[in-house]
Amino acid sequence: MERVPILKIGPTLFVSIQIDLQDDSVLALQEDLADQLVATGAHGVIIDITAVEIVDSFIGRMLTMIGSISRLFDAETVIVGMRPAVAITLTELGLSLKGVRTALNAEKGLEILNGKS
Amino acid sequence: MDVGATRGRMAAYLRDHQDKVVSRWSELVAAGVRGRTSHDEVRRELTGIYTLITRVLADADEHAAGELRATLDELSRSRARDGFTPSETALAVFSLKEAVYELVADSAELVAEFLAFSRLVDDLGLRTFVAYSAAREQIIADQASAMMELSTPVVRLWDGIIAVPLVGTLDSARTQLVMEKLLEELVTAGASHAVIDITGVPTVDTEVAQHLLKTVSAARLLGAECTISGIRPQVAQTIVSLGIEFGDIATKATLADALALALRQAGLKVVPQ
Amino acid sequence: MDELPIRSGDDVVRVRQHVRTAAAASGLSLVDQTKLVTAASELARNTLVYGGGGVARVEAVKSANGRGGIRLQFTDEGPGIPDVDLALTDGWTSGSGLGLGLSGARRLVDEFELISKPGTGTSVTVVKWSRLTSRCWRRRPGTCAGCG
Repeated sequence: MERVPILKIGPTLFVSIQIDLQDDSVLALQEDLADQLVATGAHGVIIDITAVEIVDSFIGRMLTMIGSISRLFDAETVIVGMRPAVAITLTELGLSLKGVRTALNAEKGLEILNGKS
Repeated sequence: MDVGATRGRMAAYLRDHQDKVVSRWSELVAAGVRGRTSHDEVRRELTGIYTLITRVLADADEHAAGELRATLDELSRSRARDGFTPSETALAVFSLKEAVYELVADSAELVAEFLAFSRLVDDLGLRTFVAYSAAREQIIADQASAMMELSTPVVRLWDGIIAVPLVGTLDSARTQLVMEKLLEELVTAGASHAVIDITGVPTVDTEVAQHLLKTVSAARLLGAECTISGIRPQVAQTIVSLGIEFGDIATKATLADALALALRQAGLKVVPQ
Repeated sequence: MDELPIRSGDDVVRVRQHVRTAAAASGLSLVDQTKLVTAASELARNTLVYGGGGVARVEAVKSANGRGGIRLQFTDEGPGIPDVDLALTDGWTSGSGLGLGLSGARRLVDEFELISKPGTGTSVTVVKWSRLTSRCWRRRPGTCAGCG
């Protein structure tokens, strides 16, 4: 099973999802992020889904849950780089990803994280 | 009665009298086209179809039927494009019966053969009608789609602020197009604010409101904040009386107000020189 | 028609990729491809998680007026769905379970058929057709797989 790598840069954790994720990998990511948040005390999480072509209801729920878990550790999550086709599909599915912020790219995502104080 | 033999006899007859029949057929068809196609072109087209019909009747090869169908479909399509009515095209096919009948009328022996032949030509004529309708529908759909695309521009108002002035009704097909164009422009322009102006939307009912909410929802997934502008007084009354809630989406009367709000949210200010 | 087994998470990924390729070949727009593959993902997951595994069938189809499309069928021999109407209810919450997957998938496709009997299993068939866009319109006829 592929484990998605988590990078720490300053007070922020970066996750870049590059491949077509299996359900197990998404669950593992959730666990790994929780571990890392505790271990590093990071204030923010950026999840880059620029390369992700499909976000179904399961993955959508996982992303929302990651947002909730992060908040428990006083960290904010920003999902960046969602593709237009994915956004339209998620909207049709009725998923609004409440609880996570969104931005066009990692740079804008960082602005959001730094803006909050 | 041996159908095969009947058709075979007809096929042979048609082959033997090809020139005469095709000439008469061309005459009848040319009278109907009223100069929209040249006589030579008509004759060429009809000769091709005639040969195929003969082959089909003779059951000579299995490809003939498919080729005949394809040729007639293409004829219908090109006639449709050239503005002929479906009746004109179908009548052109039916007139082959007339041309053949004039020759066989005197010989009683080909009556049975002619009936079978007549039925075949009827089918072919009807087929052109069906193909014609399909072609016209395609053209109408093409035009509707092009019109929709033209009436959905997305403009850049300022750095990071784009606007979609909607003109016309907002149905689900249009909403899909608006969402696609809006999101693509958000990415291209790197924008974080979108103003959706509905001045040109004649009625705002529950369905239209849902489409707007959907569009805003999609834009938010790309990190953009949206403002809906262009709410006319009557529209405001309708919205309230229908109990439509725009929730946390900002709404403004004019595009100018929405731009001012977006600039404020972007931390910008317009000052006199 | 292609048949793919659904016995593991990897199989669900394979189904997604297969449907993506087939949808592109049938001329579906990018957004429509995404919708269809997402629906396939939901249905394949249901087949695996609730149906105990099964089969996905992918077929390219042509409509009466020559438009291209894709038909997908997901079958399993699992416990079946006791209350189909409830399972198809539009749910906008993040509630877990069959509900969200099926009703969501239905909104993403053009045709949707669900047959399920407790004890016999479930079969879901969906179809998505290619759409004419003005980009198609400017091309010469015959150059786009979706418009034939």
